[in-house]
Amino acid sequence: MTTLNVAPARVTANPRPFRLVRHSLALAKRSLIKTYRTPEALIDVTIQPALFLIIFVYIFGGAVSGSTHDYLQFLLPGILAQTIATGCIAIGVNLNTDLAKGIFDRFRSLPVPRSAPLVGAVLGDIVRYMIVTGVTVGFGYILGFRITTDPLRALAGCALAVLFALCLSWLPVFVAMKVRTPGAVQGLMFALIMPLSFASNVFVSPDTLPGWMQGFVDVNPLTHLVGAVRGLFLGSPLGSHIWWTLAWCAGFVIIFMPLALRAYRKKV
Amino acid sequence: MTADLIIEAEGLEKSFGSTRALRGVDLTVPRGTVLGVLGPNGAGKTTAVRILSTLIKPDAGHARIAGYDVVKDAERVRQSIGLTGQYASVDEDLTGRQNLELFGTLLDLGRDGARKRAAELLEWFDLTAAANRMAKTYSGGMRRRLDLAASLVGFPDVIFLDEPTTGLDPAKREDMWDVVRSLVTNGATVLLTTQYLEEADALADEITVIDHGKVIAHDTPDGLKRIVGGQTLEVRPAEFSDLQQAAAILSEVSSGAAADEIRKGVLAVPVEGDKAMTEAVARLAGAGIAVTELSLHLPSLDEVFFTLTGQPKKEEVAV
Repeated sequence: MTTLNVAPARVTANPRPFRLVRHSLALAKRSLIKTYRTPEALIDVTIQPALFLIIFVYIFGGAVSGSTHDYLQFLLPGILAQTIATGCIAIGVNLNTDLAKGIFDRFRSLPVPRSAPLVGAVLGDIVRYMIVTGVTVGFGYILGFRITTDPLRALAGCALAVLFALCLSWLPVFVAMKVRTPGAVQGLMFALIMPLSFASNVFVSPDTLPGWMQGFVDVNPLTHLVGAVRGLFLGSPLGSHIWWTLAWCAGFVIIFMPLALRAYRKKV
Repeated sequence: MTADLIIEAEGLEKSFGSTRALRGVDLTVPRGTVLGVLGPNGAGKTTAVRILSTLIKPDAGHARIAGYDVVKDAERVRQSIGLTGQYASVDEDLTGRQNLELFGTLLDLGRDGARKRAAELLEWFDLTAAANRMAKTYSGGMRRRLDLAASLVGFPDVIFLDEPTTGLDPAKREDMWDVVRSLVTNGATVLLTTQYLEEADALADEITVIDHGKVIAHDTPDGLKRIVGGQTLEVRPAEFSDLQQAAAILSEVSSGAAADEIRKGVLAVPVEGDKAMTEAVARLAGAGIAVTELSLHLPSLDEVFFTLTGQPKKEEVAV
């Protein structure tokens, strides 16, 4: 073994600017490498939307819309939103698993902003959500789905879906900091996401639902995301769906990001 | 003198629920030396390291690393320390090189700096050939080396090694000891925790013994050995019938202490210094007694505790 310069210490008196951004990006890259190494972790964002499209379009399509094509046009934005919502659960499960390992001790012993490991994990998942969007729309096209607006609005719809996913992620991240096992994260998140995705406009038009449930549907963030994406993909009335979606995005970040960071700091 | 203390901890206390992990621990380490923190499982060694490396906050007491308070100036402390935990704290899905480069980036070495440092450390720890393999494919020894390399990325002044050789085979343990020695030669200060007096003796300038969250002894290795009574010579005569005669010879070598048969056919006597071994070999050979096993042992942790506390170490109660 050759000798190595260990001293003197490199003390950064004035840390370089944008540390949170740089460190978060470095840690996002770590998440990306992990995703790339374990492609089977992408099943929830690849096979699942394709499977759901087939099941719902061909089983319920005729009954709900009278034609499978009409139902496919209606359903695709809904499946996109639903897959995004369930796809978010993975980040919570992964972080909860990760926290138990020594790597997070290492992060905590480095001069890295406390929030960087969590921000990095959320940013690293952006690729997953782009895959979800690509797979859902792409597979939809094979089945006969067609965007009827223009490419710009279509892109805006995809971007809105990815943004929503990144913001919603802070909820499972917070849950991951609070509960003890990855299984508990999964269980709790499913219990939250399932009512959100069914009591909404994802699968059917909410007109036939009982009044009290329509109240819930009207405030449901997924309803607004689906409404916005349908408008941007198919030209249906947008109303205030985009604004409500953005408001929900901001709400998720404003509420759950500080809670998650606080819970992370408290974790021993 | 105090200016040279790079680690100073005073009255550290920490409880987890109703478990009092630390009940007032003082630690001091002069710059450029190795402190061995010796204690059984559950003594509070890891808790002390976690406080000193800013992972957790003490309930009471305070500690300074290189003059910076571990609570108030945690950020500064983190710039001058390296931590290697009991469990490999690297990302198993990343390659050895990706791990080191990630930590280099997080330590603001810049892209090229991080690459250069990673290559340097991989070379030093003999991991260059495995650099592009995922860490999960590494053997236990390689993982430890990568882990230690990871804690050196930022050129730390102070290095914490929490049981660095637990689970390593004896040859790998010696390698790790060489690494620790060369770190100190290069000017670093090392605080290492261990369950083995042998390890503390091999590496440490001073040893602090802790038990149940308290310091029960602090001394140089020689001083500690004086307290706990030096070494034990163990001999297994080849012929069982030589046992009596061998016992008599060993008793003389040990200046009168009786030789006990500690296992079937194995005799043990307390001895002072390494000369006793040579003398025993010469005299046993002179008497025509063949020997199949001969070894010199430092007292085990149990014996250290027996001497220091006057009672056998109780089994730790899981909490």
